[in-house]
Amino acid sequence: MAYAGLSEISRGSLAVWRRNLDAFIKTYKVNFIPPFVEPVLYLLALGYGVGALIQDVDGIPYPVFIAPALVSISVMYSAFFECTYSSYVRMYYQKTFDAMIATPLSIEDVITGEILWGATRGTIYAALMIPVLFLFGVIDMPTSLLLIPFAFPAGFLFSAIGICFTAVTPGIDALNYPAFLFITPMFLFSGTFFPIGILPQTLQYFAFGFLPLANIVNVNRAITMGEFSPVLLYNIVWVLLVALLFFIIGLNLMKRRLVD
Amino acid sequence: MEIITAHNLEKYFGTLAAVDGISFSVKKGEIFGFLGPNGAGKTTAMKMIHCVSKRTGGDLRVFGLDTDIEPRMIKQRLGVVPQENNPDPDFTTFQNLTIYARYFGIPRSEAEKRAEELLEFMQLSEKRDAPIETLSGGMKRRLIIARALMNEPELLILDEPTIGLDPQARHLIWEKLRHLRSIGCTLVMTTHYLDEAERLCDRLVIMDSGKILVEGSPAELVRKYAGKEIVEAAANPEFVACLKEKRIEFEVFGDTIQVQADDPQIIAQIMMESCGRERITVRMATLEDVFLKLTGRTLRE
Ligand SMILES: Nc1ncnc2c1ncn2[C@@H]1O[C@H](COP(=O)(O)OP(=O)(O)O)[C@@H](O)[C@H]1O
Ligand SMILES: [Mg+2]
Repeated sequence: MAYAGLSEISRGSLAVWRRNLDAFIKTYKVNFIPPFVEPVLYLLALGYGVGALIQDVDGIPYPVFIAPALVSISVMYSAFFECTYSSYVRMYYQKTFDAMIATPLSIEDVITGEILWGATRGTIYAALMIPVLFLFGVIDMPTSLLLIPFAFPAGFLFSAIGICFTAVTPGIDALNYPAFLFITPMFLFSGTFFPIGILPQTLQYFAFGFLPLANIVNVNRAITMGEFSPVLLYNIVWVLLVALLFFIIGLNLMKRRLVD
Repeated sequence: MEIITAHNLEKYFGTLAAVDGISFSVKKGEIFGFLGPNGAGKTTAMKMIHCVSKRTGGDLRVFGLDTDIEPRMIKQRLGVVPQENNPDPDFTTFQNLTIYARYFGIPRSEAEKRAEELLEFMQLSEKRDAPIETLSGGMKRRLIIARALMNEPELLILDEPTIGLDPQARHLIWEKLRHLRSIGCTLVMTTHYLDEAERLCDRLVIMDSGKILVEGSPAELVRKYAGKEIVEAAANPEFVACLKEKRIEFEVFGDTIQVQADDPQIIAQIMMESCGRERITVRMATLEDVFLKLTGRTLRE
């Protein structure tokens, strides 16, 4: 149990990551659709539909306001769902984890590989959305390319949280609870479609203290707006620390679930 | 040289002793069998050997290394065929092998070479690029065996390697396992097919309720516990009385009477002439007789 399982991680975790990448590439046609289609749908319905009713948000056109949130949401969904439903299928139905731990890989390698892959998938989705958003003229280049490197720690955070739920869920259906009770509210109340500033003060503190997406949207919006302020440092450190925390919790919960 | 040494090895699940203080050793180059009814603790013992289940007591060394301390080093050198097939359904047969090789850190060109060879060896070349769901049960089993050989293991652990397979597939697997032994690989297998154990195993243990009941070569065990031959005849009360009167030791199994005999002709003659039985079977004693004698005839699970 040295270093809460971190010392049991080896380069083998990259082989797990690579397995998932290979599976993703094999079915790329299905996998590459969401990051292209989703932003278009959201922009048309919300950006230009709802946006027609709203003049602007603090002087920013509504489609431009929601663009960084769309990237954040896509990272959240792709990483979280990868490390909940998809990881659960690999762990429970396909017995892929069992096959892996019969090789020199440790459980920690397997879980680390899963989380790294979830983060990577989130990053791929963010990267694929950027040209679409740029074509709609709602983000600026080249500063917005910074969305890509930040998608990785953001994806890592959601993957690690996802793995924690996967480790404790009694079955695949029960994963709907965190999806509905945690992810969906966050999707709505994290400064995504309206500024956090219009919430009561206490809720603002709650959002930046406890909601991963609120912190991530804040950073991504600063990136696309090209306006950097000291609070971003707080958001970034928060994301990194909480990611590490859930990573360690996830490793240990999974170890408890899988070792007998 | 001893490849596996277990001393008072123990595994508790809560209060249930799945493996209850077993001691055994496996020598280099032999096929060593674990026999036992369902729930005897065979799979649990295999899992401890390949370091995916932690023992709760006793001592276990594989290649001289402690399974608690050096699981990576041990797993690098062994191959595992688990009881349940678990090929990776997202990939083809060939990719299953090369991706598995990556978990061992085997370089790609070497992995591809070995994968082609092993597909050939396990007669799966035709299915090289087939998706997993198109493989039959026997093919999947062979794929799992091929996969277990990707790292050229010194020790191969097989948990019920031929379960649910047709005779052709079983014979093919037996032939391959004997070939592996001939090139110096050590094999540990569990089975509840007694003919399989009799044909393949150099030595074996029979387990029940987590304990080892006996250990030895199949021939030794048969000689010691079942005698040379078995005389069988249908049972009825008069016949039983007659055998008692002739002071012949026998056992009744349902509607059959069995007599262990080193001189079956004499017994058969008594049965025919003195007890009036016409239909009598004389056969060689087998491991199955030993097994049933030691573990009883009640159904498990
Ligand atoms: N993970 C587990 N948790 C609790 N009990 C278990 C577990 N695995 C096996 N057992 C129990 O341990 C005993 C031995 O099981 P097993 O080793 O699978 O037997 P075998 O392979 O000989 O059929 C059985 O009673 C089984 O129910
Ligand atoms: Mg078993």
